[in-house]
Amino acid sequence: MCRLAAITSNKYFSPMENILALETMKEGHDGSGLGLTLKDLGGEFKDLKKYPVMSGICSKKGVKVLDDYMKKNGFRVKHTWTPKIKPLKGIVPRDYYFARAYDYPSSYKDKAFSEKEDLLMNTRLALRCIGEPDESIFVFSFYPDVITLKEVGDPLELGEFFGLDRDGLQAKVIFAQGRQNTNYQIYLYACHPFFIQGYCSMTNGENTAFVPIREFLMSRGFTGYTGYNSDSEVFTHILHYTARQLGYPLNYYKDVITPLKPTEIETRKDAEALKLIKQSLRPLCIDGPNMVIGFTPDGTCFMVQDSKKLRPGVVAGVKGKYALMSEECGVDKAVPKREKSKDIFPMKYDMVIVSPGAEEVKVWNQLQG
Amino acid sequence: MEPASGLRLDHNHKLSLREFPYIVRWRDDRCKRCGKCTAVCPVKAIEATVKVQRYVVSEGAAPAPKAERQVIQIVEQVTDMERYCVGCGSCTLVCPNEAIEPEFNPQNKLLHYKNKGGEGYKRGGRRNDPSISTLDRLKFTRISMLTDPALDAGRHEFRVRTLLGRILPPEELPLKLVNNKLVADKENGRFIPPVREIYPIMIGSMSIGALSPPMWEGLAMGVAYLNEVEGMPVVMCSGEGGMPPRLLRSKYLKYFIIQIASGYFGWDEIIHALPHMVEDPAAIEIKYGQGAKPGDGGLLMAQKVLRLIAGIRGVPQFVDLASPPTHQTKYSIEEAVAKMIQSMSMAWGFRVPVYPKISGTRTAKAVLNNLARNPYAAALSIDGEDGGTGAAYNVSMDKMGHPIASNLRECYLDLVKQGKQNELPLIAAGGIGKKGNLAANAAALIMLGASAVSIGKYIMQTAADCFGDEHNRCNLCNTGKCPRGITTQDPKLYRRLDADKVAERVVEVFKAADVELKKIFAPMGRSTELPIGMSDGLSTDDKAMAERLGISYAC
Repeated sequence: MCRLAAITSNKYFSPMENILALETMKEGHDGSGLGLTLKDLGGEFKDLKKYPVMSGICSKKGVKVLDDYMKKNGFRVKHTWTPKIKPLKGIVPRDYYFARAYDYPSSYKDKAFSEKEDLLMNTRLALRCIGEPDESIFVFSFYPDVITLKEVGDPLELGEFFGLDRDGLQAKVIFAQGRQNTNYQIYLYACHPFFIQGYCSMTNGENTAFVPIREFLMSRGFTGYTGYNSDSEVFTHILHYTARQLGYPLNYYKDVITPLKPTEIETRKDAEALKLIKQSLRPLCIDGPNMVIGFTPDGTCFMVQDSKKLRPGVVAGVKGKYALMSEECGVDKAVPKREKSKDIFPMKYDMVIVSPGAEEVKVWNQLQG
Repeated sequence: MEPASGLRLDHNHKLSLREFPYIVRWRDDRCKRCGKCTAVCPVKAIEATVKVQRYVVSEGAAPAPKAERQVIQIVEQVTDMERYCVGCGSCTLVCPNEAIEPEFNPQNKLLHYKNKGGEGYKRGGRRNDPSISTLDRLKFTRISMLTDPALDAGRHEFRVRTLLGRILPPEELPLKLVNNKLVADKENGRFIPPVREIYPIMIGSMSIGALSPPMWEGLAMGVAYLNEVEGMPVVMCSGEGGMPPRLLRSKYLKYFIIQIASGYFGWDEIIHALPHMVEDPAAIEIKYGQGAKPGDGGLLMAQKVLRLIAGIRGVPQFVDLASPPTHQTKYSIEEAVAKMIQSMSMAWGFRVPVYPKISGTRTAKAVLNNLARNPYAAALSIDGEDGGTGAAYNVSMDKMGHPIASNLRECYLDLVKQGKQNELPLIAAGGIGKKGNLAANAAALIMLGASAVSIGKYIMQTAADCFGDEHNRCNLCNTGKCPRGITTQDPKLYRRLDADKVAERVVEVFKAADVELKKIFAPMGRSTELPIGMSDGLSTDDKAMAERLGISYAC
């Protein structure tokens, strides 16, 4: 089973905090990999917030291809971060891990952000397409103020391997997941968190309705809905689709993936809209077992459960720092000093929402609307 | 045995029983000559006759054999192909001594001879192919266990429901944001098509003329009970031939899909009842084709057009009621489909889903794409070659048509390509439950992309004990002599059928299917919505089939 550790704070912190929290939950995961997504970057990226950051892994040959491609398309490197690799037994190092901030091509300088977002996504997809056959290039994200790291191995050892304990890499929102996708083939692109245009999620569980959901998303005519090496990737794309493409407020994400029964819908003030949404987005309904943790472009973090089987999940913390984790022990590690009686264990109707800057936590109840 | 009388010494001018599809096994030692079997035989394939029997006797202490003759009464199968034994087994059922039984003869040459007078062989039933169909070769192989715990069919709540009606794409929903809440935008002016939530197994179109009064009534009562008492929104299609006037004006109309076909039979009554309807029907089905007899129109033989039927259909009694193969007033797909859908929608103020039904065909995608572009088309029903019929030429039934599985699948995948898989529901029919696996066949079609399935022959077999099978057993539906009273208008025959019992069986069948569907969906981890298009759950042991259907191969 995957173990998830997300922390949101009003101060910059190291991803090691997430990794150490994952370590406490080790009984629950098989330590087969690590996925990290950092948002609202600090450290050396603190002053580069408006520049898109590409994160990925390349072979020696891949770096050249990537450089040529980016140059040809008018991107200029502003800053490069590479981890201070510490060779460890059991982890096979790849040639080049990187997070690079780029300046937009001059033709895009004055374009709307949504156009820039599309350019970044299409660039990421193009590079993925070029590098995937020979695994020479992996690009996990390409977006302002976001870094993604993924590798196969034990999370704690990977933290050491990447030198995260010694590095100044920091952020205010960090998601970590401690397992490769062992339901299917182990593959870096199958490791969550997944990220698309400011939306990110990671999931605990297996999505039984994966195929119809994937088909529905892929047929939306949006080039970013691709990949799907893991059944969990659809959760990120459903989030992106409902929030960005359809423009629904965040809580409707819950209404889309776990729609209410007709009798329950009647109790909601927005019943009429809900009925239409339920019909039109019927293929996106999940059955679980899934617990989803996600963030949106404004830094809001949330946790939701499926409506039947549920997976472990807890949200807890103090004003200014909240942890959204698979297990209580992870929260204890991340935010030890807190009032435990206020820990939140979301149930089937709940959506726990932590506002940007970890300002406050709210439980939105689907029945109440 | 020798003939009691007769001019010819042998039978060499006659067909031998080996030519016949069923050979009647009659046991002299058990028969008490009551005559029930010959009286009940719907085709007069057996008759009571007399023969002269020669036997040898010897009396006295010393052997002194001598031949004597006596006249005996026997039951004999006739060797006239017009009265061939259909194997229904009615004789066996009435026999008090188990003295008679028809036996299937796989070597038969029925089709060589059943064309007397230059008339092709006509019958009812479905395609005579007893082999295992594609649907029965599909298995559910993705079983949830550890990574995804299975659901509990007995404990978890399952919602086995589907949608019938055109569903708007999410991008086109008339919604607006008010105080961070989505509300339906009434001023938007966007037409929101009617959508019904129904049970995914429907009772397909069988007309009130093709079926006997107790059969149709039994089905209708069963459907009403399922809705009103069991809370299962099962719907049933009227077939072409109208509906009883009282039902049209009753609150139960909402459980019925009214069919309009190329003969428009019954529509005079329906149109006249329109102002008096207290409920809208579940939907309107426009029949363009039937899986059992593609390219053929409906056919109700004269012998079934009795007073009640003639009244409902608005026609004289005892005339053949043949619907044309196509809607004669139309000549192009745009007119045949779009205008018809518009007209029907308009009749009910656009409150009722209207959808066409076609027979399975390689050209199904052409119809599908036409419908995909028509915002008023509510669904597409595709009837595969294994569907049944009340009357058709044998050649149409056996040789025409397309299997439902690949037809449905390619239509679904075509919709997926266009992103309209949730907008235009596909209804699959034709051979569901052919071997009795109703729930499994239905679930397999749903996973291939069907939103709902439709059954006909199966419900006749299971709810009214129809004798028909794929060995051409019985299949007398066209003659009006149905020995079960299912497809006849003869009161002497249909009194054998109890409408209440039929209704009871309909309820039992649907309740059992519901349990079985849950037993399939639960281990696959699907419960909140139907697993429409969840093709990763399916496998087959045939590589070519797997490739064609886009599912996995497992052996």
